[in-house]
Amino acid sequence: MDEEIKKPYEEMDIDELIKSQPTDPVLYCQDLPKPSKPLGIYMEKFLNWARANSLWFLGFGTGCGAVELRPLMTARFDVYRYGIAGRPTPRQSSVFVIGGYASVKTIKRIVRSYEQMQGPKFVIGLGSCTINGGMYWDSYNTINRLDHYIPVDVYIAGCMPRPEALIAGFEKLKQLIKEGKAEGANHYAENFEWYKANQKKIIKDWNMPDYNW
Amino acid sequence: MQRLIEEISQRYPVTDSKVSRPDQSWITVPKEKLVDILTWLKSQKEFTHLAFFTVVDYLEQGKFQLTYMLHNYKTHKDLGVRVLIDRENATMESIHHLWEHAHTFQREWREMFGIDFPGSPRVHEPMILEGWDGPPPYRRDFDTKKYSEETYFPRPGRETHDPREHMKKKLYPEES
Amino acid sequence: MIRPKQDIDLRSGKYLKIWQGPNHPGITGNMSLELTVCGDEIVEATTHVGYLHRGFEKLMERRTYIQCFPIVCRIAVPEPDYNEYCFTAATEELGGIEIPERAVWLRMLILEMSRLASFLMWIGGQAGAFGMGTIGQWAVAHRDFMLDLFEELTGGRVYHMYIIPGGVRGPLPEGFEGRARKVLDKVEKLLAEIEIVMFHSVVFKMRAKDLGIITQDMVDQYGLVGPNARATGLARDIRKDQPYLYYDQLDFEVVTDTKSDAYNRAYLRWREMHQAVGLIRQILDRIPDKGDFHVKVPNVLHWKIPAGEAYVKAESTRGEYGFYIAADGTEYPRRVYVRGPSYSTAIPFMEDLLRGVNIADVAGLNVSLHTYPPEIER
Repeated sequence: MDEEIKKPYEEMDIDELIKSQPTDPVLYCQDLPKPSKPLGIYMEKFLNWARANSLWFLGFGTGCGAVELRPLMTARFDVYRYGIAGRPTPRQSSVFVIGGYASVKTIKRIVRSYEQMQGPKFVIGLGSCTINGGMYWDSYNTINRLDHYIPVDVYIAGCMPRPEALIAGFEKLKQLIKEGKAEGANHYAENFEWYKANQKKIIKDWNMPDYNW
Repeated sequence: MQRLIEEISQRYPVTDSKVSRPDQSWITVPKEKLVDILTWLKSQKEFTHLAFFTVVDYLEQGKFQLTYMLHNYKTHKDLGVRVLIDRENATMESIHHLWEHAHTFQREWREMFGIDFPGSPRVHEPMILEGWDGPPPYRRDFDTKKYSEETYFPRPGRETHDPREHMKKKLYPEES
Repeated sequence: MIRPKQDIDLRSGKYLKIWQGPNHPGITGNMSLELTVCGDEIVEATTHVGYLHRGFEKLMERRTYIQCFPIVCRIAVPEPDYNEYCFTAATEELGGIEIPERAVWLRMLILEMSRLASFLMWIGGQAGAFGMGTIGQWAVAHRDFMLDLFEELTGGRVYHMYIIPGGVRGPLPEGFEGRARKVLDKVEKLLAEIEIVMFHSVVFKMRAKDLGIITQDMVDQYGLVGPNARATGLARDIRKDQPYLYYDQLDFEVVTDTKSDAYNRAYLRWREMHQAVGLIRQILDRIPDKGDFHVKVPNVLHWKIPAGEAYVKAESTRGEYGFYIAADGTEYPRRVYVRGPSYSTAIPFMEDLLRGVNIADVAGLNVSLHTYPPEIER
């Protein structure tokens, strides 16, 4: 009998609207990322072989390096024969190629895209700006070390690296995956608080989830 | 171009002028007369194209210099109009009613230098930096190297041997 | 016209706010658009830039003039030579240096080659935005031939650093002319094929005609330059009006059109590609074989440029590209400002032009205006 008289929908404030939505714990994932365990020696070898031969990269050109990512898909370098193709959405890709410098605005989107990718996922840092800041080392808007914000598996040096250098970097990544050493995503899950603290230090406009979903 | 400058100085006070190329010259005018001069140049003298306007920081004299670059497509001449404003509480009149793209420049300079343009549409919205809470970054007293070293973790092992200092010591040892 | 943002009631269920995010189709750069749509039609649009801001002008204040060269070419990525040329020309004007004749011809050669390479990348993006992916593959593949020529000439595929104060860095290698002419023949064959596949295709005609119309009175109000303005009928080209280098000795015409919509702008840029091929052939005929390609400048580590201001502009693929330098007599520049031609196109102009456009055509319109985000926020 003591029911609250609900206000009609049109008269509610935005904050009241948000509060009145049901928060069903089944619908929203509030778990922290978990490191994934290998399934068994031979099964893991087979899975690693499968992962290495179909690396799909996310088509998000974050900096200068994207201009040498486009010729890879033409007939001269033809990266499709290695099983590498570009995908538009993070849900369908396994490699994130960070091309060059990352400004503060971009690193927020990079972190968001990286967390939306499904494991196993790998990161390639292209160019010397991801290694130590490159030629923008004293800029107030670009980051100096990419591996403090997301885990990096392979670095490719150069400014710009040639497409052949990119292919060599992908080969190195495949070799690491087949040996079972490309553990970037697990490292991210194990040291989650450290990565989040680094990200929060530079991204001041924080409206991102604190968990992966 | 000299004739044009003389014509302007007959109507408005021009403090400094220079003809650097046959098709390019610069004049300095006081701050209060700027909008009148730009309106006159745009409507009467056919300087219809605003190429850019920018800010130069003269920290030692305590002034900002704003440079407006106009272009005349009939006679193919460039004219740079400069004004000096104070660095403390810097404000300037807005020219968004003359050219539509001026309000974007004004938005950027408010964010980067801290100059206020009252009345300009959307001038308080951040355009380039997100979540920036420090001093306006393009001012000369903002040290970008110090900020970068404190906020973004520099990778150890990077040494800078300034080639200028090295060559100076080598070639002119008596100067150092 | 600046219309203040309408008070759109998002809760009424009629409007939806979507973001076309920084992963930009058409490979132009990182810029995002916040669109308020009603059904399939856009009602309001806001442009967000700043993903590629590195603070170039602040970085250049900390470096001497010669140390600025490696970073200057990274401001506009597909055509880096225009940045180098404008910065060098402004420095030489302030420093009072005259360059020899052979260096001028070599500078013109690399500028026109850079224009052709940038247009090839653009046409791939324009076709891809409307769904024709093969043209992108062809165009980027031919751009690779041009990049091979660049590598022979300067040592780098994308960033050249070939134009330096006093002239250029080196002469043409042996047999360069023959190889360059073969590449130009290939590019001309490609342009003929692109005309048939792209401009005669029914899909492109239906989607691109009457998209993003620009009229002549908008041009000066918004400060539009380049092919966007030339398509309305105004014959404005810096190479003809205020000739720099030796463009007054070459034989070419300004390409114009009568109505500026996406189809005509694409056709105009296709004709400008032919113009660039013709110009490169003329320049290759006229480069002198002997002569200095570099004149001696004062020791660049101690070079103090006298105080003054200079503004140098060049006609790049998008229009008027200018560098403004304010020097104060020391070895470091006091202020360097880069005037990018897509500054006024991307933010105030596109927000007004996007009203009434379908969501599917936004990418095509963006590429048709040839906006380039790195030079907006430098």
